[in-house]
Amino acid sequence: MANTEMRVKELAEKYGRNREALMPILQELIDERRYVNDEAMVNVARELDLSAAEVYGTASFYSFIETEEVGKFVIRLCKTIVCDMKGKEDVLQAIENTLKIKVGQTTADKKFTLKTTNCLGWCHKGPTMLINDEVYTELTPGKAIEIIESYMNK
Amino acid sequence: METKKLTRVDYIFRPDNTCMDTLKKSLQRDRDEIVLELIDSGLKGRGGAGFLTGLKWKLAKEAPGDIKYVICNADEGEPGTFKDREILDRVPRRVFTGMALCGYVIGAKEGFLYLRAEYKFLAPKLKTIMAEMNEEFKKLGLDFTLNIRYGSGAYVCGEETALIDSMEGRRGEPRNKPPFPVTEGYLNKPTVVNNVETFVNCSIIMAIGAEEYKRFGTDSSRGFKLFSVSGDCSKEGIYELELGMLLSDFVEEFGDGDTKAVQVGGASGFCVPRKKFNQTIIGFEGIPTGGSMKIFNSSRSMYHVLHNYLEFFEEESCGQCTPCRVGCQQLLKGIEAVKSKKRPPSYLDELVKLAKVMKVAAKCGLGQSVGNAFVSIVDNFREEIVY
Repeated sequence: MANTEMRVKELAEKYGRNREALMPILQELIDERRYVNDEAMVNVARELDLSAAEVYGTASFYSFIETEEVGKFVIRLCKTIVCDMKGKEDVLQAIENTLKIKVGQTTADKKFTLKTTNCLGWCHKGPTMLINDEVYTELTPGKAIEIIESYMNK
Repeated sequence: METKKLTRVDYIFRPDNTCMDTLKKSLQRDRDEIVLELIDSGLKGRGGAGFLTGLKWKLAKEAPGDIKYVICNADEGEPGTFKDREILDRVPRRVFTGMALCGYVIGAKEGFLYLRAEYKFLAPKLKTIMAEMNEEFKKLGLDFTLNIRYGSGAYVCGEETALIDSMEGRRGEPRNKPPFPVTEGYLNKPTVVNNVETFVNCSIIMAIGAEEYKRFGTDSSRGFKLFSVSGDCSKEGIYELELGMLLSDFVEEFGDGDTKAVQVGGASGFCVPRKKFNQTIIGFEGIPTGGSMKIFNSSRSMYHVLHNYLEFFEEESCGQCTPCRVGCQQLLKGIEAVKSKKRPPSYLDELVKLAKVMKVAAKCGLGQSVGNAFVSIVDNFREEIVY
């Protein structure tokens, strides 16, 4: 898509064409598109004069930089110990049943991707999840379903 | 050994609107005098590693070079730690004042806040305050600009050299040390990387003076610190406490009456069983912590806790060095094998040896500290791992 090429060029103008610009460019692409595909990474590599392997190597290192297609809303439920102790498993079950997908999968309408993640920094208010950049704390199965339903029409 | 009673303190979250006055006053002072005051205060880094902050600044100040950097490490990823989020939410000016002060002392013109992706919701507010403060620095005649950079979900980037690599657009893989960042950091320039709370403490010391600050804590652990308290606990949350208290006092205050163990310092810290509460000091003379205090009561399976930690480390290991990459996988597989009786209980001794090898052979603090939780949980709760 010419669209991707253009956008990457604009971002390189904005952040510069040195290596330090790589993460900010990838992060802004993630904000806009939720994931960076091969085409985007090849374009970034070309703009920054890096090998595509370097760009992929960096992108794939970070769990918040998706290199495979994900839904419009990426749900990241914290699975670290305190959230786990406070009932993360029940919340996870409820989300899986509501969206009819398992962890790691995306709904057929490409709206939601469900993931688990490591400590989100809300242990005193667990279980916690992120939907894109939004934080939701003190979840119960019911509360989690309500929140996800509120995203269904977004 | 000297201990302190559990005492609540209130410095960190005081309103941060007077910070600019503190900075203004400090800018009139000699740089070496500020360094000496920080060293005298005994302040050690609040991220967990505990390097003397004043000394770090001194080394960066003395490092040759015209271009230097200040980085605030807000990649708070240690399980059970959530104090930096609260600081950045409530008193960001105190953090930025500390960064500007550091810039003045070491001669850096640029400072970066490296904010973890999980806290991105804080960014709009932080960026506004940064812009305001950048203007105020100019008015004070200080050539220093604050900027923000983001993490993208990698625990290891809390390690300072991995953080720098990430800022340089690379995989967050820790570097060999030396050289240390104070001489070769971001873009190979002298760089001070400090934790959010450390910068806050620097601002406070400048405001109240080292003498007043030294009244708190013990010889090895000066001052006060934020504790992120969670788990089986009567009042979870963030508490500012004087350093050097006994864990038994802590448990009495925060436990639910049935506390079996406390994990001090997060997944990379130590698990202390009930029988050792009254001999464990929270501080650098005992068990240091970046602030994470997770309380477990008798309903919790320590096998489950350890399993959760090992899964965490296996995922978050950057994979560059073999002891950590393979070690984390094998420790996890190992306890599963013992639990399911595919291996005899004595296999745990082999695993403890492996954990100890990781402690000496792994390249960075992540790999070296996996053994802390592993050995302390296996030593103290062996029967729960086996049966």
